[in-house]
Amino acid sequence: MNWLLNNLDGLGPIILTHLWLALVPVVVGTLVSMPLGWASSRWPVARAILVPLSSLLYTIPSLALFVIMPLVLGTQSLEPINVQVALTLYTVALLVRSITDALSAVPESVTTAATAMGYRPIGRFFAVELPLAVPVLIAGIRVAAVSNMGLVAIGQLIGVTSLGLLLLQGSQTSPPNFDQIIVGIVIIVLLALVVDGLLALLGRRLTPWARVGPKAGAAT
Amino acid sequence: MSIFQQIVDWLTDPAHWRTTYGAAGIPQRVLEHLGYTALAVLASAVVAIPLGAWIGHTGKGGTLVVGIVNSFRALPELGLVILLVLWFGILNAVPALTIALVVLGIPVLLAGTYAGIRNVDRAVVDAARGMGMREWEILLKVELPNALPLMFGALRAATLQIIATVSIAAQVSLGGLGRYVIDGFSNREFDQMASGAILIAALAIAVELVLTGVQWLVVSPGLRKSGARKARATSRIHQMAVKSASEST
Repeated sequence: MNWLLNNLDGLGPIILTHLWLALVPVVVGTLVSMPLGWASSRWPVARAILVPLSSLLYTIPSLALFVIMPLVLGTQSLEPINVQVALTLYTVALLVRSITDALSAVPESVTTAATAMGYRPIGRFFAVELPLAVPVLIAGIRVAAVSNMGLVAIGQLIGVTSLGLLLLQGSQTSPPNFDQIIVGIVIIVLLALVVDGLLALLGRRLTPWARVGPKAGAAT
Repeated sequence: MSIFQQIVDWLTDPAHWRTTYGAAGIPQRVLEHLGYTALAVLASAVVAIPLGAWIGHTGKGGTLVVGIVNSFRALPELGLVILLVLWFGILNAVPALTIALVVLGIPVLLAGTYAGIRNVDRAVVDAARGMGMREWEILLKVELPNALPLMFGALRAATLQIIATVSIAAQVSLGGLGRYVIDGFSNREFDQMASGAILIAALAIAVELVLTGVQWLVVSPGLRKSGARKARATSRIHQMAVKSASEST
């Protein structure tokens, strides 16, 4: 506890860095995976390429992907961008599969009805199909955001500073500084839980029909 | 010399494949990596599969399982490994690492087993019960075989999670392929670091392929869902349940 009280001032910036490293990939990954998921739900060829590729990417352990990234990007190995691109790839790999499934699961009667009402394919996607896929999309984003919180800390092993610094510094003193390690773990867990909760709230906001559905039906 | 050439040189250097007094070779590191992984996957399975099967069969405690699984996902792997290994002391590093890995592996396997059992068509279970099967027979002969695809998916996810976490155990003086990345980083030897990373990725992909192969062999052909055949597969599940029920009597 003493460690926490003595180092309270330095924590703010490092928490912000951690969040920045973890959440930018979630946002970018979501934006990238939407057109990809749409394409692979529409064209079997795209699906046959994107879905196995996503699985393959998801197989590669984070530490390995962080180290391989500079070879692919041509960046220096200590740059935070390596961690962020790697985490973006994981997010895309996770979301492409779930968006593909969610869009494929929209009943044909619904899309046909929307077409009959005069929606063109693009408008129909944003007004009908995408909203119906929101629960699955949010579930995927929550998993990505929560696991990114822990993965960013692993980036510390290749010199990308985050809350992982508390874990490493605490382990390198003799005797180990357990206070510092535990504070690091607790902050990462709390950040993950808060972000998860906020995303769950956002999901509820975006799908008002899911809340009123059965009850409203019973009342009328 | 380009970095790619350096990596090829590092990986093809015979000295890196031999275990000498000074350092462990690549085969030795692969065995360490697989050893820690296998121990942790087995230990997770011994706890999670019976528990998940029981919760799935009785339906009691399902929401609790989902809640626990979600909150465990928030635990940072690196923090857990560092904390437990330092706490137990370096002499007990392997048991400490195993506990950390099991803590990460159990939730995944538990959720997969639970979901697998719950997703078995209730009509199939009722049919088995109606044919006079006892509860443990229903679980072992109907629910578990039908839950295998989801359970295997969870087993693969848990194994990959554990392989990835073993890679970071080198930070706390343990072996495994992560050694090359950690040592390469502290010596500023990027060829060693990148070679280690490639070996870790290759190991993970190889294990995934082996497990997928085992899954293909073990899971009943009637349960292999591929989109359009889903409907037919469901009707086959019915036939299987009836068949296994009639065999047991």
